[in-house]
Amino acid sequence: MRFGVVIFPGTWSDMDFHHVISQVLHQPVEYVWHRDTDVDRFDCLVLPGGFSYGDYLRAGAVAGRSPIVGALPGFVARGGLVLGSCNGFQILCEAGLLPGTLLRNDCLQFRCQWTHVTVEQTESPFTRGLRRGQVLKMPIAHGEGRFHADPALLRQLRERDQVVFRYATEAGEVTVGANPNGSAWNIAGVCNEDGTVVGLMPHPERAAEATVGSTDGLLLFHSLLGSLVENGSVLGR
Amino acid sequence: MRARIVVRLRPGILDPQGTTIQRALDGLGFPEVRDLRVGKVLDLTLDETDAGRARQRLDEMCRKLLANPVIEDYTCEVLDGEDGGRAR
Repeated sequence: MRFGVVIFPGTWSDMDFHHVISQVLHQPVEYVWHRDTDVDRFDCLVLPGGFSYGDYLRAGAVAGRSPIVGALPGFVARGGLVLGSCNGFQILCEAGLLPGTLLRNDCLQFRCQWTHVTVEQTESPFTRGLRRGQVLKMPIAHGEGRFHADPALLRQLRERDQVVFRYATEAGEVTVGANPNGSAWNIAGVCNEDGTVVGLMPHPERAAEATVGSTDGLLLFHSLLGSLVENGSVLGR
Repeated sequence: MRARIVVRLRPGILDPQGTTIQRALDGLGFPEVRDLRVGKVLDLTLDETDAGRARQRLDEMCRKLLANPVIEDYTCEVLDGEDGGRAR
């Protein structure tokens, strides 16, 4: 499975993703510059965390209008998969590829800590190998991660199974105390209607080796690679 | 021509920044302050002489980039248009 890790000016988690994909998962991976639009050689594009364009205007706003993001709808339509983490999630929301938006944390603090999330849907290639209700331990590091959608959109996301992860306790209880940023319905990650574009505020790439305290982030990738094996090709191209 | 765009959080969207500033004002002896909200002002100059066309372009800019329709409203104002549209 060929991965591309997208770099915008101000991206900071690109090397972490590259390391995990190449050194831990032993999959082919390349960096992709934000001006590139020729992405059909990839099966999965990763939009890493960081502070693209200094978070100017709104987090992810400027990167959300960059050439590579303009190429994503076509890439996805042809069967490509997209994972956005942290700033990557913000960018996908700003570009309209994912529903809702991410606002300043309700506590006003930059939160850099471990979180636990429950798996809410297992239809996406990124979660197919997981169990509904399974608890994953992954860190967050953001100041603007409060997921917001109006009540009608929230209801729609729940009905269409587009809520992928919710902040919870270690035991898997979704509580106010487990919500680090005030996200609506404790939402930590969502997907598009097909489950082929997933965005989440936690960092799976920073929970991919035992030495850093968790390997739960790897489960998203294992799920992805498992989907590939199951179907022969994720892309069907 | 000069123009001004104001982008505001929509009513009902929690604005923790605004709440914090309001609390600080309260501490400084301004307890009468209510509903403080933080927005953005963008001042710009356009290579354009037609105020109507300018407004149309400003609106397009807001829809494409400057405001996020999920959470924000905006107003555009031409400050010194040739149609005499001197807003101030």
